[in-house]
Amino acid sequence: MENELKKMTLYDLPIGYKAKVYANESKGEKRRRMLDIGLVQGTWVECLRISPIGEPKAFKIRGAIIALRNEDAGEIIVDSISE
Amino acid sequence: MIKFIKGKGGNFLSFKVALLGNPNTGKTTLFNVLTGLNQHTGNWAGKTVLKSVGSYVYEGQKYEVIDLPGTYSVVSSSAEEEVARNYLCFANPEVVVVVVDATNLERNLNLVLQLLEIKSNIIVCVNLLDEAERKKIKIRLDLLEEELGVPVVGISARKKEGISNLLEDISNVAKGEVKTNPYLVKYNLEIEEKIKLLEGRLKAFIPPMINNRWLALRLLEGDEEVIFSLEESLNKNINKEVLS
Repeated sequence: MENELKKMTLYDLPIGYKAKVYANESKGEKRRRMLDIGLVQGTWVECLRISPIGEPKAFKIRGAIIALRNEDAGEIIVDSISE
Repeated sequence: MIKFIKGKGGNFLSFKVALLGNPNTGKTTLFNVLTGLNQHTGNWAGKTVLKSVGSYVYEGQKYEVIDLPGTYSVVSSSAEEEVARNYLCFANPEVVVVVVDATNLERNLNLVLQLLEIKSNIIVCVNLLDEAERKKIKIRLDLLEEELGVPVVGISARKKEGISNLLEDISNVAKGEVKTNPYLVKYNLEIEEKIKLLEGRLKAFIPPMINNRWLALRLLEGDEEVIFSLEESLNKNINKEVLS
């Protein structure tokens, strides 16, 4: 089930769901870092698993599995959420 | 013991070859294949990030290989990236070998594009070709070479395949026998104009081994680390002279 319009942050994306990056709201050096790991507009991201203590979360981003802190994942806005 | 024979370039000095690439692209496997047991680990300029140095001899010429830490980028500033970047800019290796993962080329090419902006003496080494083949991924190395404008060589470090081609390419680039024409990312008109302006001002006092276009881009980004590193190595205040 795809929902083109609904937006959420990457932090809210449940395990097993995929979504497309809509915007990257981080600033400065962190923004550059997020872009470098592949979080540019239009990139598909899948939430793979969550640490027992709630963070970090592991995401599949352009062929690599990358763990993000909730604080950082919260700055990435995604849409086209699907299972 | 291999005896030293005077190389084509007519000197006994070794060429420096830097190995760079994303994490888990088999850089260290390649490093071990190239240098065998002739290696030691060193600590880089006050930082806790280790780099390994080794050497080999090819056609009578000695090559010193530096295994830099794996990074996704050389512009955002984690300690590893700074080590890699400062090595490239200030140690001036004769050859930079970027190791990329054939099974995940898209992710890896980000780093390649960044490096092409800094240096022209680059070889793109597509590793894990055996694994790519198993995943039914076919890579058109010739097309990639055409697009990037630098030598591209396919290898499988684990199976020791393609190493002789790589050694030959390294030798050719080190001796300046290959002319590279690296692909540069074009920015929008406004940025390109600013780059030109800054490049002109930088030319006067930046040593020729440092790429002024790249430096201009970093200055436009407000990258403080690079400015600091540069000021340290030149003993001058750049902000006042260039950015005013």
